Amino acid sequence: MNDDSDSALRAVLGHVLGLSPVRQAALRPASPLLGALPELDSMAIATLFAAIEDRFAVLFDDAELTGETLATYGSLLALVRGKRAP
Amino acid sequence: MIVSWPCPGGDEFATVIDHQRRFRVLIVPPLFEEMNRTRRLLASTMRALDGHGIDSFLPDLPGTNESLQDFAGQSLHGWRTAMAHAARHFAATHVLALRGAVLVFPNILPGWVVEPVSGASLLRQLLRTAVIAAREGGAYADSASLFETGRRNGITIAGYDFGAGLIAGLESARPLDEGQREVRQSELGGPALWLRAEPGDDPAQAARLAAIVAGGIAL
Repeated sequence: MNDDSDSALRAVLGHVLGLSPVRQAALRPASPLLGALPELDSMAIATLFAAIEDRFAVLFDDAELTGETLATYGSLLALVRGKRAP
Repeated sequence: MIVSWPCPGGDEFATVIDHQRRFRVLIVPPLFEEMNRTRRLLASTMRALDGHGIDSFLPDLPGTNESLQDFAGQSLHGWRTAMAHAARHFAATHVLALRGAVLVFPNILPGWVVEPVSGASLLRQLLRTAVIAAREGGAYADSASLFETGRRNGITIAGYDFGAGLIAGLESARPLDEGQREVRQSELGGPALWLRAEPGDDPAQAARLAAIVAGGIAL
């Protein structure tokens, strides 16, 4: 399976947070998200999850909307990949 | 320019570009935070429409923007009534509705709906915002119980005091478009500004949206 999760997730983060292509490309698995990005208030987080749901045709439970999920770029990507797995 | 217009419950304000021309587009803004995020896009769209020789009118929904009414007293039904009044007052010939505007816009006018969204979808996102905010504050909350609370007593989410009627109304509200042309974000050639955490502007997207409207009117 050709997994485009990484590039597509960078683009969604870019759209929601207004990150430049340079900042999108600079995200590493260990890059912190929550706390490191001042744009990420509760409303932006809710918008981000909705945008991810739209983009990848997945659904999140309330229980998955935690700070741990958004701790790093890698943790968010892992959740998205897990959701997309058949 | 900013003008006032008569609305049930008290006069409201609208941003208008009005040269008494033949084609007059009422622009109904998205709801809640998406309204703020798209404000500059819509203002740019109005200027672009002016360049096409088209007048446009962007009224405040009662309880939002410069309105003197309380947000807590608002409902989808009230906004629908208000937008119908605005359409008559400004003698609109067409309507342009973005996102949640499709729940309250005057659908008797021909026009365009941009990325229409259901009330349930907007409500889900609002409740999630409240869930996330509660957890940040160290409290536990889930969407289902917050919805029950909101539906009975109203609820404050991200600084908006939602009345019980607005929460209940959102749950079942569907887009009202009826023959209007649906415009997808991909046609505007850029990322959706209603997703953007910090309100942005995109004159190129505004120009494309205005061109779609002008092209539709010329048909």
